[in-house]
Formats: sequence, C-alpha cells, structure tokens
Amino acid sequence: MYDSGKIIPGLIIFVLFITIPIWYNRGGGTEPPKPVLPKDAKACVLPAAEIRAEHMKLLNVWRDEVLRDGQRGTVTVDGKEYPKSLMLNCMKCHTSKKQFCDTCHTYASVRPYCWDCHLAPVE
Amino acid sequence: MDTNRRNFLKVAGLSTLAGLGGTAVVDRLVAGAGMAQANTGASQETAGAAPGKPGAIRYGMIIDIKKFYQDPGLGEKAVHACHQFHNVPNFPEKRDEIKWIWMTKFENAFPERPNLYPDEESASKKLPILCNHCDNPPCVRACPTKATFRYDDGIIGMDYHRCIGCRFCMAACPYGSRSFNWRDPRPFIEHLNHDYPTRTRGVVEKCNFCVELVQAGKMPACVEAVADSKALVFGNLNDPSSEIRKILKENHTIQRNPSLGTLPSVFYIV
Amino acid sequence: MFEKALKGNNYYWMWLAFLGFFIAVAAVCYLRQYFYGLGITGMTRDVSWGIYISQFTFLVGVAAGGVMLVLPYYIHNFKAFGRITILGEFLAIASLLMCMMFIMADLGQPLRGLNVLFYATPHSMLFWDMCVLWGYLILNVLCGWVILTAERKQVHPPKWIYFFVYLSIPFAFSIHTVTAMLYCGLPGRHFWLSAIVAPRFLASAFAAGPALIVVMALILKRVANFDAGKEAIDKMVTIITYAAIANMFFVGLEFFVGFYSSIPGHKHTLQYLFFGLEHHGHVYNNLVPFMWGFVVLFVAGIALITNPYTRKKSDLWLGLGCASIFLAFWLDKGIGFVLGGFVPTPTEEIVEYYPTLNEIFITIGVWAAGFFILTILYKIAIGVEHEVEA
Repeated sequence: MYDSGKIIPGLIIFVLFITIPIWYNRGGGTEPPKPVLPKDAKACVLPAAEIRAEHMKLLNVWRDEVLRDGQRGTVTVDGKEYPKSLMLNCMKCHTSKKQFCDTCHTYASVRPYCWDCHLAPVE
Repeated sequence: MDTNRRNFLKVAGLSTLAGLGGTAVVDRLVAGAGMAQANTGASQETAGAAPGKPGAIRYGMIIDIKKFYQDPGLGEKAVHACHQFHNVPNFPEKRDEIKWIWMTKFENAFPERPNLYPDEESASKKLPILCNHCDNPPCVRACPTKATFRYDDGIIGMDYHRCIGCRFCMAACPYGSRSFNWRDPRPFIEHLNHDYPTRTRGVVEKCNFCVELVQAGKMPACVEAVADSKALVFGNLNDPSSEIRKILKENHTIQRNPSLGTLPSVFYIV
Repeated sequence: MFEKALKGNNYYWMWLAFLGFFIAVAAVCYLRQYFYGLGITGMTRDVSWGIYISQFTFLVGVAAGGVMLVLPYYIHNFKAFGRITILGEFLAIASLLMCMMFIMADLGQPLRGLNVLFYATPHSMLFWDMCVLWGYLILNVLCGWVILTAERKQVHPPKWIYFFVYLSIPFAFSIHTVTAMLYCGLPGRHFWLSAIVAPRFLASAFAAGPALIVVMALILKRVANFDAGKEAIDKMVTIITYAAIANMFFVGLEFFVGFYSSIPGHKHTLQYLFFGLEHHGHVYNNLVPFMWGFVVLFVAGIALITNPYTRKKSDLWLGLGCASIFLAFWLDKGIGFVLGGFVPTPTEEIVEYYPTLNEIFITIGVWAAGFFILTILYKIAIGVEHEVEA
C-alpha cells in the first residue's frame, strides 16, 4: 500500500473520532431513571405503558385539536373530565417537572421545547 | 374573399369564446368584492386564503370611543387585564415592544380619516386598538406555514408552535396589530399567569380575541375588565338577535380602514 | 472539476483568506444572534424587515440578471456570449445561495424553516418564492455543470440539457416577479402596493446583474488571463444601458403617480426617501443621502458607459461605470425599497431603523460567503477554458 504511514494513523483517528460517544461514556452503565409518580392520582388519561411511549404524540394531537381546530372538549378518565392541556391537566397531577418530566428526558438526552413557552408548576 | 371570410369567422369565434371564458373568470373574481363591507361568507370564495366556511358564528367587538374618552382609567384597565392574563411582557426598551391591545390617538387609529379641525377630545384623548380579526385577513394570506389562521368562528388565531418567525404577517397587516418576540420574553413578564403559556423568542404574537375563553363560553379578558361600563361589547355578528347586532343597529359605527377590503370585525362608536 | 479550485497563485489564496476572515466574523456574530434572538438587530415591530431581507431582495435580482446572457445566447444564437454564459449561470448560483443565507439569518426560528414544506401554503407568496428560488438554483447548477463538463471534453452538450436551459429562462423572470409579489400584494403598504414593482425589479435586475458580470469579466481579464471578448462586453453594456434607463423610467412613474395625484399614502414614502418626511415637527430623513447617492451614481454610471470616449478609452472607465450602476441599484433596491416601505407605519407614526454592528457584520459575512463561492466557481470555469485552449 502506498502512503500506509499516513493512511493507517488517519483511519485510526477517524474511527476514534466517530466512536466518541462510546468511549466517552465507557463503563458508565447508568441506572434507568425513576420518575416520581403523583401520590394522590391513580389514573392517567392512558394506561401507563401507552402514555410512556406515546405522550409526545398525544400532546401534539391535543395541541392541534384545541389550538387549531378549536375542539376544546375534555377527556374523561374514571368518570372525571379533564381538559386537553399540558399545563391545565398533566401538570396538575404531576406537580414537579424536575422529578417527573426531567428525570427521563435528561436520561434520554431529549430537550422538548414545550417549556420554552409552557410554564411548569411552581416548585 | 373566401379565406378572408373564414379567417374572420375564426377570429370572431375565438374572441367570443375568449370573451365568454374571460367574463366567467372576471365574474368569479369580482363576486362579492364589489362591496367592501360584504357580510361574512360572501367574501370567502374570493379571499382565496380565508379557510373559514360561512358559519353560524363570527365573533366581533364594539368599542365605544366616547366612554374611553370620558374615563381614561377604563383603557388602562382593559389593557392591563389582557396583558396580565396572556403573559404579555413589558420591555424597558421600546424597540422590543410587544402589545396585544393598546391605547392610541384617533389620528393613529384612523389615519385614513384625517381631519383638519379635529375636536378637542379626539386630538388629546386615547382609544383602544387591537387585532381586527378581519373576515378577509391579509396576514393569513401571507403566512407561509398556516401558523396564523382563521377559526370557523371568525377569530384569527396564532399557532406559536408552527411560526417560523419570517414576519411576513407583520408586513401584511395593515393595522400594525402584530408584534414579534425579538428576545426571550420571560424575564420581562411582571406577574406570570400560570394558567396561560408565555411565548418563546422568534415568533409573532397578537391579540387572539381570548379564543381560549370565548370558545369555553366566557367573555374576553378586556371586555370582562370593563364590563360595568359596557365600553367594550363582544358577541356574534352573524346572530341578528345578539346584543352586538342590536348596538350596531342603533349606533353609527366605523371600522379601521375598511376600504382595504379586509372586513374588520371590530367596530367603533365615535 | 473541483480540483481546478485547489490550484491557484498566492493572490487567489490571499483573496479567499480575506473573504474567509469576514465569513468567520459573521459566523461568530450569527451565533450571538442565534442565542439572543433577532433583538440583536435594529429591527422593531414597526420596521420588521431590515437589511437581511433587503439584501435578499437585491440579490434575487442579481441572480435573475444572469438570464441576460443565457437568453441572447440560447434563444437568439448570439455567439459572442458563448464564453461568458457560464459566468452568468455561476453568478446566479452564488447569488441564490446568498439569498438563502439571508433568509435563514432573518428567520426568528431558523430550525423550523422546513415548516414551509411540511405545511405548504399555496396562498402565501413566500411559499412560491421558495419554489422558484430552489428551482432556479437547481437549474443553474445542472445546466452550468453539464455544459462545462461537455466543454471540457470538447463534445456537444447532451440534447436533453437544452430543455432545462430553456426552462431556466422563465424561471429567471419568475424568481424576481414572485419576489416582487411578496411586497406588491400587501394591502396598507402604499409604497409597495404598485403594479410596477415587478417590472421595476426586473429592469434593475437586468442592469445590476450584467453590470456585475462586466466588472467581473474585466477583473478576470487582468488577473486570470480570461478575455470575454469585445463584442460580448459591448452587447452587455447595451443591455445594461437600456435596463437601467427602464428602471429609472419606472421610478419616475412612481413619482408622477404619487405627486400628481397628491394622495398622501402614495407620496409619503417617496418624500421620506428623497426629501425627508416631516411629522409632528420633526423631519425624518435617514435614507435621503442613500437615495441621492443612488441618483448620482446612476447618472455617473450611465454617462460613463454611454459616452463612446469613456467606454472605449479604457477598461477602467467602463468598469467604474458598471460598478456605479451596480452600486446605484443596490442603494435603490438593497436599501431604499424595503426599508422605505415601512415608513410611515400603519398607525401613521415614523420609526427609523438603524442596523446594529452585529447585523452589519452578518450581512458583510454573507456577501463574503457569496463572493467566496463565486470565486471558486469562476476559478473552475476559467480553469476549464484554459485547459481547452491549451
């Protein structure tokens, strides 16, 4: 091979560079997050597994229904009615953004821009 | 001779066709546009942009200028109620200014009606102006993402999630009703209302006729704030028996620059 | 063909480094703007578009101007433009990229830019502007590259490319027409609400674009041993002359309508731009020097390029004349047209706009990036020409 003296170190540097996420976090198998659930509320608008996987989509659906289509109806859970709203519904039970939302979001390294406008409950 | 005649017939036939087609197009274009004040619905075929259908509801407002002239505190109350409820920031510098409803002089609200000899009150006192919630809104036409749009009940809403901040709507609005978040507004909101979101920097905002209250069957915040005086009346313009229509029937009202064909839903009793 | 851009003399690299410096400064300034918001510019709720959008508007014209080479060469078979048509196409590419950078710099939420595609809105002129700008960019990249490749191989370009070449001609007209429609369809902005805006934009574009190409051709003659040919330059000067005069004619018509009808809305902005507008005892006249600069530079430029003595005497006079025309129309459209349209505001107040340093550096940086791209593209084009001749 021509120029192997340059190519091989170059390749090594390249591989090291693109694997930064792996070796930077080496051995750091962090604990999965344990979000703090509300004590007094028993039911959510969806079963736990579904809301965990789909809450971001549900919030987008609510957003479009309420804000764009003007469908400001409520969702009924266990005979009780709740508004389709992050601030006026979700955060009324999950009163701590830090202990609920942020634990998973930080772990998964997602930064939803909800909070640029929507207000978290005062803690 | 024969060819001439054939050519003549061809030309005549073609121009008749073109004429017929042309008039049909022109008819469609001018339908409803003849009257700058055509009622809701009639205009919407031609508006091109107005997504609303002629519905049972078209919300509107009457502003009684005299009452605001007589009691300067009234305007302050209305503006404060609105800005407080909607978390509208109060910037120290005018260049960052954001406003949904504000007090201004007659000559600024109605620049198309200049008067060489204005009465003393009009020259010195102030009246409130806000988004006109036009039935044929230029801002909705201009928006490239439908971030500003018309609800079926005539309110012009804003979807801050979708706005890209191009400010085309601000150039399009002939009433100067729109403001832009030049910087993060949160630090400049004096008393946060925790039941309503703030905005983020880089989006346009404006009066939303309190759509979140109105569609829940309540009155807009500014109307509520001055309810005792009846200086602001809100209601359904498409309902002939509504209070707002009754007042419109009994009083001479004006709209801000109606000659632009925007069909404002805010009326002023002079 | 990119390898042609990698070989150059010291001046070439110094020039690129010089431009690179301004690009780097602009990158830092843009990061500041990105993290603070557009409040770091001089724009306000009353003057809601500033120099970013006005540069964008002007540069759409420069991009469209390239068609003044493509059209005579491909439609009228004007052979003398054969060597320089590629300069027009590559200028269009660089200008369009600048346009897009200015648009991105102007967005309040740049990361959401793709919403224009996700929620395509055909009743918005901005949607159509995006379509034609991208279309024209792709057409120019395609045509320029295919034809240059063919030239390098010394074969005729493939037949299918002519379809796209002919298609690019209406696209050139459409980019500036649709850009004019951003302005002239807005109710309540009297200065913009004029049917002559689109023709006026095209006229000034067909002067400013070719003027820049002539200047470029004269520079390339000195620094790159590339001669566009006397006949081509002469023809372009003719085009510039007529287009520039047409633009001034249209400006004159605006003056007539405003001042003869004497309707305040039609007059105010012209008064503000050229004479200063009095309002509540204060005269607002920030843009007056720029607008008279426009008139003076136009007169000087047109004198230099029409007078046979100065036109033929030396390239310097001719270059100065074309540069004056370019600068004049930059002042007219890249400053006056957009900024003036916001005065007075819809509530009859006057708010004047002062761009901030940060904003000016970003603007300079985008221009530098455009010239950086243009330099590289021209280097490639001329490298191919030299290779073929050798």
